[in-house]
Amino acid sequence: MKSIIVVARKDLRIEGRSRTLLARVVPFALLVLVLFAVALDSEPLILRASAGLVWMAILFATMLVVQRSFEIETSDAALDSVLSCTSSPSRVYFGKALATFVQLFALATLLVLCSVVLYGSRVDGDGLVLLVTVMLTATAGLSLVGTLYGVVVARLNGRDSLLPLLSLPVLAPLLIGAARATEAAFGSQTIDMSNGWAWTALLAVYAVVFGSAGAVAFAPLAQGDS
Amino acid sequence: MNTAPSHVAVASIRGTGTGATRVLGAISLALLVWLVVSALFLTPADVVQGDSVRIMYVHVPAAWVAYLAFITTAVASGCSLVRRHRTLGFDRVAGASAEVGVLFMGMALVTGSLWGRLTWGTFWQWDPRLTTTLFLFITYVGYLAVRQVDVDPQQRARRSAVIALLAVLEIPLVHFSVVLWRSLHQEASVLNADGDVRLDDLMLFTLFSGVVAFTLVFAWLVIHRQRLTALADTERVIGLDSAIAVRRAEVAR
Amino acid sequence: MKDLGFIVASWALTLGSVGLLALVTIRRARELSSRVPDERKPWV
Repeated sequence: MKSIIVVARKDLRIEGRSRTLLARVVPFALLVLVLFAVALDSEPLILRASAGLVWMAILFATMLVVQRSFEIETSDAALDSVLSCTSSPSRVYFGKALATFVQLFALATLLVLCSVVLYGSRVDGDGLVLLVTVMLTATAGLSLVGTLYGVVVARLNGRDSLLPLLSLPVLAPLLIGAARATEAAFGSQTIDMSNGWAWTALLAVYAVVFGSAGAVAFAPLAQGDS
Repeated sequence: MNTAPSHVAVASIRGTGTGATRVLGAISLALLVWLVVSALFLTPADVVQGDSVRIMYVHVPAAWVAYLAFITTAVASGCSLVRRHRTLGFDRVAGASAEVGVLFMGMALVTGSLWGRLTWGTFWQWDPRLTTTLFLFITYVGYLAVRQVDVDPQQRARRSAVIALLAVLEIPLVHFSVVLWRSLHQEASVLNADGDVRLDDLMLFTLFSGVVAFTLVFAWLVIHRQRLTALADTERVIGLDSAIAVRRAEVAR
Repeated sequence: MKDLGFIVASWALTLGSVGLLALVTIRRARELSSRVPDERKPWV
């Protein structure tokens, strides 16, 4: 447990110094939200689609955050040094996923606030509880899957385009679930709160399944030529 | 610069075929001819769907082979991870089967939407089966893209095996979430929602022979393509060896 | 026959692309096979 936190803190400290998230990812995600609104060009339509649009923006941002997370490891073969520092590679996996999770959760919070401001989404008491739970489980799933596929492509040429190609189909259930549950939290007419909670349960199952898969698969993938 | 070493002279140009694959190929060709004749001319038109049912005889076998291919890929990938001393052999089967599977799945999607246009009135419906198939298709396109990247064969085997096994986790989750997603919506009104076809004996037999024929074609393609990968790997090693030999000879002179 | 175009297109696309893949495979195999000695082909 301790080494997980050490790895996560290392990644977050690098982020704190380089400010990639703040300088590139946040502006990018906000831009995506604005561009969606411009493209749809109809206020009722935007309000109806707001939950899906927020999660699309987070999905795109996940790609950038994961790429950054492994960019710092592949330069100077840092991943090998990190792996040799801990007893089990799965702790490195969970550590990197935890750092990604912290960043994505912060981003998700910001984007939901922006959705309230820009798209006019509304959240009340019960909805807020659901919304926070959805954000927690969905970003956990996003960061676990993202980190897993990040290490799959980490040592490959052309990883920038391979990462979305491989991970976006896998993330599709997360997008569906998070968007529907958020829609429920925003108080839409088409989907009620209990459905929203059912989706949240699916998101949690998803995070657990892929978290376990990642813990098993990380070791053979992270090691270089053997 | 010609780097061909002398022992290449004994190589025949027989390709990847053997007696067994030729027999397999001949049987599949004969079955395909029968399938085309029977499906397009001998079988009757369906009572509800009319002649558009003739697309079924190519669509259903293609979809069957596509799923068979991905099961093959998953099993071969699992074997390549477990049985360390034969990793590369299983990896080649997994790769060849995914290549053929992507082709058949693409065809199943295309013929399915052509059939859907005739029976449902739309090319595409977001129903769970179609959506899952589409995601499976994209996933394996990504799998093949990773295989294209030039890395050491052992590492490629390990990496692609993991991706194939993750796809096995992914597909049920995609399917389940799409089922849940679609259950909230009213079905779009379609001409014939379930596309039910009542099959007489000849139609059933034709469909069955289509499945057999396509399975044999799949087997033929996978055998040849995995041998082709083996050839390409060997050829690269030989090319490298002979290049080194030529270089050594130059240095020694 | 009604909807002839759709039916013919389905069959032609499927059989055509599978045939094309088979053809490409055989040709490439012949080409590579001539550069690899027989003793390194396990199936010979």
